[in-house]
Amino acid sequence: MSGGANVPVDSLPGQPPVGEHGALSCGKDVKFSEEALAEFEKLLTRYPTKQAALLPSLWIAQREFGWISREAVDYVAGLLSLSPAFVWGVVTFYTMYNRAPVGKHLIQFCTSISCHLNGAEEVYHECRKKLGGLKPGETTPDGKFTVIEVECLAQCDKAPAVMVNGDDHAVITKDNLDKFLESLK
Amino acid sequence: MSQKKSGFHPAGYEPVLLARLGKPNSRHIDGYVADGGYSSWKKILSGVKTGEWTPVKVTDLVKASGLRGRGGAGFPTGLKWTFVPPKEKRGGKPVYLLCNCDESEPGTFKDRLLIETDPHQLLEGMMLASFALDVKHAYIYIRGEMVHGAEYLNEAVSEAYAKGFLGTDIQGSGLTLDITVHRGAGAYICGEETALIESLEGKRGHPRIKPPFPAVSGVWSSPTVVNNVETLACVKHILDRGPDWFKTLGRNEKNTGPKLYCISGHVERPGVYEGPMGLPFLELLALAGGVRGGKKIKAVIPGGASAPMLTAEEVQSLPLDFDGVAAAKSMLGSAAIMVMDENTDMVKAVTNISKFFAHESCGQCTPCREGTPWLNKMLKRIVAGQGKRQDLDLMLQIANQMGNGMTICVFADAAIAPVLSGVTKFRSEFEAYIAKSAALDYQLPAPAAVTDKVAARVAEGIHS
Ligand SMILES: Cc1cc2nc3c(=O)[nH]c(=O)nc-3n(C[C@H](O)[C@H](O)[C@H](O)COP(=O)(O)O)c2cc1C
Ligand code: SF4
Ligand code: FES
Repeated sequence: MSGGANVPVDSLPGQPPVGEHGALSCGKDVKFSEEALAEFEKLLTRYPTKQAALLPSLWIAQREFGWISREAVDYVAGLLSLSPAFVWGVVTFYTMYNRAPVGKHLIQFCTSISCHLNGAEEVYHECRKKLGGLKPGETTPDGKFTVIEVECLAQCDKAPAVMVNGDDHAVITKDNLDKFLESLK
Repeated sequence: MSQKKSGFHPAGYEPVLLARLGKPNSRHIDGYVADGGYSSWKKILSGVKTGEWTPVKVTDLVKASGLRGRGGAGFPTGLKWTFVPPKEKRGGKPVYLLCNCDESEPGTFKDRLLIETDPHQLLEGMMLASFALDVKHAYIYIRGEMVHGAEYLNEAVSEAYAKGFLGTDIQGSGLTLDITVHRGAGAYICGEETALIESLEGKRGHPRIKPPFPAVSGVWSSPTVVNNVETLACVKHILDRGPDWFKTLGRNEKNTGPKLYCISGHVERPGVYEGPMGLPFLELLALAGGVRGGKKIKAVIPGGASAPMLTAEEVQSLPLDFDGVAAAKSMLGSAAIMVMDENTDMVKAVTNISKFFAHESCGQCTPCREGTPWLNKMLKRIVAGQGKRQDLDLMLQIANQMGNGMTICVFADAAIAPVLSGVTKFRSEFEAYIAKSAALDYQLPAPAAVTDKVAARVAEGIHS
C-alpha cells in the first residue's frame, strides 16, 4: 500500500540508516479493528475532505497500535489516499504522536514558566533519577514508565503540573514524588 | 477541578461565565437547561420563521455589546463577523465557524475550566454565532493534551443532538447546524488562527500569509471565523441579557463584559478568577491571597508568556483590560497573569521562556526558526557562567531583527517580547551573571543598517 518513494533515504553520506520516509518499523503488518474502522468511517462524514480526517485517524492509530510506526504511517496514508511521506511529515510536526513505543505510563512534566517558578525542573530530574537514571524520553526496562518534559499543560494553577497518559495530577513535588510513582504501579 | 466554590470573584460581583461552577453535573444538558440554558437558542429557533430573529440582529447585538476577542488580540467580535462576505459574494461556498480551544499560551488555563465545567455554555454561544454567520458546520479545535476536555465536549455535543438543539431542520426552524470536536496533537502554534486552519485541514500547523484573511478565505478556501472559547461563551450571555447589561460590567466603553483571569506563579491561591473587564491587578492579587509567603513582587507577566514583563511599580495601578495593559506597553493577551516574587532569578526565568519559543517555532521563517534557538543558547550560556559582555546588546540586536513584520505570523514578535523586556528591565541581573564569567570580549557586529529596508520590502510582499 505504501505509495511513497521506494528508495530508502539512507544513502546520504554520514547519515545513520533510516527506513523508508524515516519512520521506525514495528516489524509487522497493522490494521484497524472493526470498531476502529467504523469510527474511521464516521469520521469521514464530518469533514468536506478526506485529508482533514488525518489527525483524528492518527489518534485512532495511536490508540490501536500504541505508537506510530512506519507500517502505521503506510496504513493511514492508504486509508486516506495520501502519500506516506506527507503523513510522516504531519506526524513529525506534532509532539503527541509517539514515534517509538512508550511505557505504560507516559509521565509528562511541564517545565514552562509557571511550573518553572514552582521548581518543575527539579522534580523532573528527581523523578528520572528515582526511576534508575532515565534519560529524557527513555523507558524503564520493565516497560512501565517513560518520562518526558512538555510545554504548558494549561494547568498552571497546579504547578508543577504533571500529566500521565491523558490524566492530570495534583501538584507533584519532591516530597510526594514517591507516593505519586507508587500510585501508578 | 481545583477551583474553589467561593471566593473566585470580587465581593459584590455576580459571576457570569463561572456562574455554574461547582454545581453537581454542571457539564450535563439537563442541569444546563434547568438553569435557563439554551433559552436564547430556543428564542432564535422559534423566531427565525416569523422574521423576529435575523442574523443581522444577532450581529448587531454583539457589536453593541463592545465584546472584544478573548483569544489574545482583543479584536472587536461583531466587527470581525461583518468581514465575512455576503451570501451573493461567496460563490456558493459555505461559511465555517472555528472555536479556538487550543489554549497553549503558558500561564493560561481558563478555556479548560469553561469546557470541563460548563461545555453547553460554549455550545450555545457557538449556535448563536453560527446563526449570525450563516454557518452550517462549526468545529471546536481542542489541543491534544486536553483528553478529558475533548471527551466532555463530545458528550455535550451528543446531548445537544439528542435534545434536538443540533442537526438538520432543528426543531422545525429550517436551520441546520452540526458541531464537530477536532483534537490537535501538540503544537502551540496551532492556536494561531491560520495555523489552526491548516491543522484542521490535516496538515502541519504552518501559519499562512495574510491576506487573504480567514474571513474571506479560511478553512477549505471558505470564509471562516475563528473565535476563542471565552469569546463565544460571552455571546450567549449577550443574547440572554442584552448588550447594555454587558457594557455595565467593564471599566469603560472599549473594555466591556465579564473576564476570566488566570493567575499563577508565586501567589497563595493560583486559579481562574472572574471579574469585570478592567479589574485592578492589585484586587486580583488580593483574591489570589497575595504573593506567597508575604514576599514582595519583582515582576509580573500580565498576558501569557508572549506579553512583555512588567516591574512591581508598573503593576501598582494597572487595570487588567486590553487598553489598560497596552498603556503600560504590554498586553492583556489571554489574561494569564504570572507573578514572580522578589527571589526570582530573572535570568533563569527569561531563559525558560526563550526555551518555550525555541521549541514551538513552526520553522517556516528563517528569523524565527534560527533566531529563537539563538536567543535561548545565548541565555543558557549566560546562566552557565559563560556569558560575554557584549551578549546582552547582541541579543537585543538579534531580537529586533526577528520581529517587526519580518515573519509570516506574529509568533516571532511574541518570542522576543520576554527577552527584550526582561533584559531591558532587569539588566543588572544579567550583568551580574556575566561579571562572574571569564569569557572573552568580542566585537559586536555593526547594527544592520539595511534592516529597515528589508522590513519594508517584506511588509510589501506580505501585505500587497
Ligand atoms: C502564536 C499564537 C498563538 C495563539 N494561541 C491562541 C490560543 O491558544 N487560543 C486562542 O483563542 N487564540 C490564540 N491565538 C489568537 C488567534 O490567532 C486568534 O486571534 C483568536 O483565536 C481569535 O479569537 P478571538 O477573536 O475570539 O479572540 C494565538 C495567536 C498567536 C499568534
Ligand atoms: S514567525 Fe515563526 S511560528 Fe510564525 S510562521 Fe514564521 S516560523 Fe512559523
Ligand atoms: S506552565 Fe506548567 S502547566 Fe502551564
